[in-house]
Amino acid sequence: MKNSGTFNITAHGDREILVTRVFDAPRRLVFDAYTKPELVKKWLLGPEGWSMPVCEIDLREGGKYRYFWRNDADGQEMGMGGVYREVVPPDRIVAMEEFDDAWYPGEALDTITLTEQEGKTTIRQTILYNSRETRDAVLKSSMQYGMAASYDRLEGFLFSPGHEALSA
Amino acid sequence: MEPIGYAQSASAQLNATFAALADPTRRAILARLAKGEASVADLAGPFAMSQPAISKHLKVLERAGLISRGRDAQRRPRRLEARPLRDATQWLENYRQFWEAQFQRLDALLLDLQTGERKTNQKKPETKKQKRVHATR
Repeated sequence: MKNSGTFNITAHGDREILVTRVFDAPRRLVFDAYTKPELVKKWLLGPEGWSMPVCEIDLREGGKYRYFWRNDADGQEMGMGGVYREVVPPDRIVAMEEFDDAWYPGEALDTITLTEQEGKTTIRQTILYNSRETRDAVLKSSMQYGMAASYDRLEGFLFSPGHEALSA
Repeated sequence: MEPIGYAQSASAQLNATFAALADPTRRAILARLAKGEASVADLAGPFAMSQPAISKHLKVLERAGLISRGRDAQRRPRRLEARPLRDATQWLENYRQFWEAQFQRLDALLLDLQTGERKTNQKKPETKKQKRVHATR
């Protein structure tokens, strides 16, 4: 899809991960898609074969949200949730996030801002971890696009015929 | 708020692979071994490093399963084990694709919502409540 190229995941500052993406829709709709359970359940499904049987959202400062996913084939389950710190439709959502099976220590703070320009909405999501070590561990174990790209390059380098050694 | 917890499936193997790859000398060693097996002395040559220093790096790579030792008992040549590296890069790419798949579903949903709104608006043209949203400049 044409918006794929607008998708980016990078490290930001010491303790943050920044995700940005552009959508072809006014931000009030994007905001709805992020905050109305019946809409969230239609897209935040996880990998192929997973569904989202539970999505509860109490969209107000101090309100809670709860997401729960299941792998329909092998019954694996995963849940997460937290408390909203700030809800400013359709500009901004700030919430804590914590996974049921803590795969990083402590909670993280999510800040989502939506900006609209000429009918397109840019989502900017930062995930602030409690330490640089946690952030780096998350990046290392998973999600940084730039890192994936550099490993892709490394792989291309290592396995393409006719390459030269890095240092000789 | 995103299901990044799927990263749980990252095995100890992957962590070991990433840790091993984090070092430029070790990446260079892998690049050299991609050309064919080499002894510790062969490997130490181009790196201007002592053999013990190279051996340390080789140990890390070996523990991560990225290299193994050849049969020749005298030279003990190291060779590249390509699979863990392929798995690691594949996994990261899968992860990026996972996110992009969520967002593409959201693209489709947003398109549906907009189409739905236009239809609703066409059905009730007399309603005064609908406001055209003007692009603010």
